[in-house]
Amino acid sequence: MGWNDSGDQQNPWKQGGEKGPPDLDAVVKDLQRKLTGLFGGGGTGGGRGGPTGLGGSFVAAVLVGLLAVWALLGFYKIDDAERGVVLRFGEFNRVSMPGLRWRVPWPVEALEKVNVTKREEFSYNTRMLTGDENIVAIDLIVQYYRSDPEAYLFNVRDPQDTLRDVTQSAIRETVGKSDLDFVLTTGRAEIAERTRELIQSTMDTYQSGLTIFQVNLQKANFPSQVEASVQDAVKAREDRDRLSLEAQAYANDILPRARGTAVRMIQEAEAYREQVVADAQGDVNRFEKILAEYEKAPQVTRQRLYLETLEAVMANSTKVVLDSKGEGNLIYLPLDRLMEGRRNDGGAASRSDMSGSRALPQDTSDRGANRLSLRSRERGDRP
Amino acid sequence: MTARANLLLIVVVVLGVVVNMSVFTVDEREWAIKFRFGEIIKSDFAPGLHLKWPLVNNVVKYPDRILNYDNPNERFLTDEKKNLDVDYFVAWRIREPGQYYRATGGDQRVAQDRLTAIIKDGIKAEFSSRSVKEVVSAERYELMEQMLARASSVASELGIEVVDVRVKRIDLADEVSDSVFNRMRQERGRVASQLRAEGAEQSEKIRSEADRQRTVILAQAYREAESVRGTGDGLAAEIYAEAYAKNPEFYAFYRSMQAYRQSLGRDQDVLVLTPDSDFFRFLQQQFGELE
Repeated sequence: MGWNDSGDQQNPWKQGGEKGPPDLDAVVKDLQRKLTGLFGGGGTGGGRGGPTGLGGSFVAAVLVGLLAVWALLGFYKIDDAERGVVLRFGEFNRVSMPGLRWRVPWPVEALEKVNVTKREEFSYNTRMLTGDENIVAIDLIVQYYRSDPEAYLFNVRDPQDTLRDVTQSAIRETVGKSDLDFVLTTGRAEIAERTRELIQSTMDTYQSGLTIFQVNLQKANFPSQVEASVQDAVKAREDRDRLSLEAQAYANDILPRARGTAVRMIQEAEAYREQVVADAQGDVNRFEKILAEYEKAPQVTRQRLYLETLEAVMANSTKVVLDSKGEGNLIYLPLDRLMEGRRNDGGAASRSDMSGSRALPQDTSDRGANRLSLRSRERGDRP
Repeated sequence: MTARANLLLIVVVVLGVVVNMSVFTVDEREWAIKFRFGEIIKSDFAPGLHLKWPLVNNVVKYPDRILNYDNPNERFLTDEKKNLDVDYFVAWRIREPGQYYRATGGDQRVAQDRLTAIIKDGIKAEFSSRSVKEVVSAERYELMEQMLARASSVASELGIEVVDVRVKRIDLADEVSDSVFNRMRQERGRVASQLRAEGAEQSEKIRSEADRQRTVILAQAYREAESVRGTGDGLAAEIYAEAYAKNPEFYAFYRSMQAYRQSLGRDQDVLVLTPDSDFFRFLQQQFGELE
């Protein structure tokens, strides 16, 4: 039978039913009283070896000293981040808060310190199957802290190892219920949160005393085996944008040009209109002036105009005047030689400055000729 | 004096040894079984300090915490005859230390082997009736419940409690993985070609739209330009007609003269004439009398 079995009241280490940590002074005084009672009483009451002398008190003093040292070993410090779990003969007794504390030293009470605020983390990366039977590479960090020191110490043998196993199970379950696209794109935060909840609830059923602070999905990627194809798809997306932009650039190039051309066409047409009207008015004005004079003296004016015109025409031409009265005779005219002769004359005239090249005769056409040709060109000219 | 002290010392030491042999502590995290000459007397000790007879009793302790057994890589077939590599773990704890001792001799491995045999059969049965997709996305909670139910008979026999059975890793065997990778590559390829085709589509849309606009702009401009030219021509014709109608006969003459000037009399022209034209009227006859 153990002392505990008969109840707390008889446990020698729980005198007076005191539950909390025993007051130091009280304990020391108590011990001193007991010891003096024990040795002193033994000495006088036993009456075996004569009067209590120097030896007895010396031994008592040594023992008191040893006890004091033993008692001093019971002091311990709990950091602000920690909690101390005190076990009395292996039984959970109390949780001690930060500060300087005392426990009954070995072998009665044992202390285990647990850091309750430090955030521990571990990372886990692997490939796994998604719900649509693809494979995804996941990189994940789990952050946790020991929220319940008592549960942490007493319920699970290897809380960290268990947490790792549970994490693996949870992330695979969460990813296994999701499709690849969801995992890779919009679902990251949700998957991390669902995983965290799943880990937490599982760890809670084990009463592990761990609180999962955060699950971070660092990376969710295509596995390296399909990386090349993925890169190609990314490139394809860029190609698509590039093609679109190039087409846009093409449109931006040709449309303003077309608008410019259109404006030019209209401007040219308007110029043409102004021109033909002005030309017509010019021609008509000239004609009317001459007509006025002509009507004053029709015969003379007519003859003058005729002769002047033919004079101008004849003056510049090679002429062969034939009196073709002898009908029936074939006249040989070496026209080509005649023309050549004229060409040579023209060439000789400009040989000094145009040696080596054939000088063309000067174009003597006046503005009217230009205008006529311009007119016809414009009319036939379409962009 | 020294004799008394020595005696006291011996008494204290002997007392210490006797006390040490006749008490034992049970930790919060332990089960203890007290034997008397090999017979289990008591196995449900609360944590704390307990008494035993020296030499008569002996005490064995087992952990009273959740134990995590991690079963490595087992291969299972699905109903599509695909191989799956599966890891799972079992969380269990001792509930009846006496029973546990009798069933396993206190050896954890014995308990774990018994458990895993049961659970493995269970997983095999469950997986062989499901497809990969169902296995992967299945409610693992359900699977766990079934495993727990299966393991419960064994568990009570072993004096333990199965807290949890969880499938950790379900992966396709390597050769199946390769085909999945191929499929994923093709899927990406499909996406890539679709994206490129979309790019071509947009490009064509934009280009053809631009071409259309250009053609329309030019055609409209041509329409307007021709109309403007026509107006000009019309005006000019009106002006000419109005003026020349005053004397058509003189106009014919005058215009002919202009035309001669323009068309004849260039450097290279060769005129072959008979002297009986009006111009040569006086060439042969002083008074120009024509025949």
